[in-house]
Amino acid sequence: MNLRDTAESIALPVLALAGGLLLFGAFIWADGHDPVQAWALLFRGAFGDAFSLQNSLQRAAPLMLTALCVALPARAGLTIIGGEGALVLGGLACAALPLALPLPGGAIGTAMLLAAAAIAGAAWIALAGWLRQWRGVNETISSLLLGYIAIALFKHIVEGALRDPASLNKPSTPPLAEALRIGTIGGTDVHWGLVFGVVACLMAAFWLGVTTHGFATRVVGGNPRAAQLVGLPATRLIVVACALGGAAAGVAGGIEVAAVHTAANASLIVGLGYTGILVSFVARHHPLAIIPVAILFGGFLAAGSLLQRRMGLPDASVQVLMGFCFVVILASEAARGRLRELFVLRKPPAGAVPAAATA
Amino acid sequence: MDPKHTALMTQRRQLLAAGALGGAALALPGALRSAWAQAPITVGVIYVGPRDDFGYNQAHAEAAAQLKKVAGVKVVEEENVPETQAVQKTMQGMISQDGATLLFPTSFGYFDPHLLAVAAKNEKVRFSHCGGLWTQGKHPANTGSFFGYIDEAQYLNGVVAGHMSKSKKLGFVAAKPIPQVLRNINAFTLGARSVDPKITTNVIFTGDWAMPVKEAEATNAMADQGIDVFTMHVDGPKVVVETAARRGRMVCGYHASQAKLAPNAYLTGAEWNWLTAYTLIVDAARTGKPHPNFVRGGLKEGFVKSSPYGAMVGEAARKNAEDVRKKMMAGSFDIFVGELKDNTGKVVIPKGKVLKQTDLELESMNYLVEGVIGKA
Repeated sequence: MNLRDTAESIALPVLALAGGLLLFGAFIWADGHDPVQAWALLFRGAFGDAFSLQNSLQRAAPLMLTALCVALPARAGLTIIGGEGALVLGGLACAALPLALPLPGGAIGTAMLLAAAAIAGAAWIALAGWLRQWRGVNETISSLLLGYIAIALFKHIVEGALRDPASLNKPSTPPLAEALRIGTIGGTDVHWGLVFGVVACLMAAFWLGVTTHGFATRVVGGNPRAAQLVGLPATRLIVVACALGGAAAGVAGGIEVAAVHTAANASLIVGLGYTGILVSFVARHHPLAIIPVAILFGGFLAAGSLLQRRMGLPDASVQVLMGFCFVVILASEAARGRLRELFVLRKPPAGAVPAAATA
Repeated sequence: MDPKHTALMTQRRQLLAAGALGGAALALPGALRSAWAQAPITVGVIYVGPRDDFGYNQAHAEAAAQLKKVAGVKVVEEENVPETQAVQKTMQGMISQDGATLLFPTSFGYFDPHLLAVAAKNEKVRFSHCGGLWTQGKHPANTGSFFGYIDEAQYLNGVVAGHMSKSKKLGFVAAKPIPQVLRNINAFTLGARSVDPKITTNVIFTGDWAMPVKEAEATNAMADQGIDVFTMHVDGPKVVVETAARRGRMVCGYHASQAKLAPNAYLTGAEWNWLTAYTLIVDAARTGKPHPNFVRGGLKEGFVKSSPYGAMVGEAARKNAEDVRKKMMAGSFDIFVGELKDNTGKVVIPKGKVLKQTDLELESMNYLVEGVIGKA
């Protein structure tokens, strides 16, 4: 990738974001609100001070992991949208492990919890990949439906076999021991889940970009028939990519339980897995791009909170803003490779109208 | 700046202000004068769903809207806040960005661990959770919970439904078989069976608080079985009310009034009246009194109320319900009285035992009374 391409890759989404914000401003102006105040609040609420910044980062953490559940299978050529199922099962596995065997406190115990979460999530998404390779089941539909089954299983177990009798009006599993929980990163309000998210994205980028195995996976994703012709084990690579994605979402669920909820209960099912789909598509399934996109998402959610409190706008206004921004970002891909033409003055071809330099 | 010094300055400023206003205050009526004496306050209200859901969240939003009209009270609100890290950030944001010193996080799942985590970091801020989870000695003094005995209003729903039903079969669409929900189902059924002991209540659990599709299916399935009066305990009763009305059945509302949605089918409803609790807790905060940690009340205390009767509700039904209401208001009526059997024939409250509304035994109810068709 040369310098010009890199510059374009950064300039395109930034310009698109500005376009989305402009549209949002026009939208709320039409509804009788002050767009300048809204823009200022959006910035303040998302990145304006230490509290806002931590707020955005905290909200971004689980999205990085659930986005990987879409991105990794996508690079192997599969459209998986059932990350929510892997997330809730990961959370359940994390909460259930201490009931099955005694765990040592501290980092080792926590690592075992997250390993259980990763295995549960990996198995669930690998199942969707396996169904496609062996039985020809469409993985998009099967992963979505498996997600519903996972949620039903989760509720059945949390409200049945594993229910803590003390949780009267909010059925939950017994809480995790204090020593097993995940704390905050020294001096901040952000828990260690953020580090897990960033590291997972970096590792995924390394795997896809540098290792032979990752390269083979990308070849399978690009052209499965050609991959098989050169002797790549397509099925195995696809199932592994699915399992890695599922493991990431499972860990997201495990972290939510160990760092936030302290027990598995229905509060875990809030659509983090589904939001991850959007994050991954906006990041064009690139693990490195997932990090800033997830932070942007976290920023929108954090800013939306302030927007509601200060301007009395309904929660749906943030959805409108995100909708505008992401549609414009995705549409801006059409301008890739032509951005220079739009901005850099060129000699117009003879007889042509001068290019719209301010477009 | 030294906090003591700040407090002194504030006091001095208040004294000056009081002096300046003293002359004017003398000329004002008593109620307003006491308002002058109260410090201004910013209150944060947090909802788990949309403010206009015709249900649980709307009941709170209506009270918050009333609270906004009180002089010196500023209300900041946020809706659709999930029971995750997000609500912790919202609470902290209301405190550090908006200067709120009293928070009403209204969803049941906000309490543990979210409210407790934020409360531990903000000892000067008061937290009042809706749901009744606060326990003396276990939870800090700057937190507390308030709740209402809405089963009283559900009992009255039952009385009216019992008079209006022709098929003698009632329907209850419920979210989860947890104590609060079971208590409402039982109170509704006991109310109806006080009119006619032959009446039965079918109950269908949808599995979660907001399951519009399943709620519609449950209502339709029960309408097919000849059930002619419905009520519910889900977050947004809109779907059940509209579906029942479309099927030509009658309905008793819950949480807030849904009369507007089905004026020809809406008999009455069990509504929250959170303004009573809000006012009590806000006044305590503004006058510096200790935080009311344990706040409960029913019809008598004005924590719950009934929707106005629909035009189709007959004279006999109204009279019967009003008689019971009078006794409830006088404190001489108990819903859960022995001998009471559950729907498997087991005695759950022995003969001669009377459970008052405040009895904690009622807060862990795990049975459905005789006459309910369904499984807890």
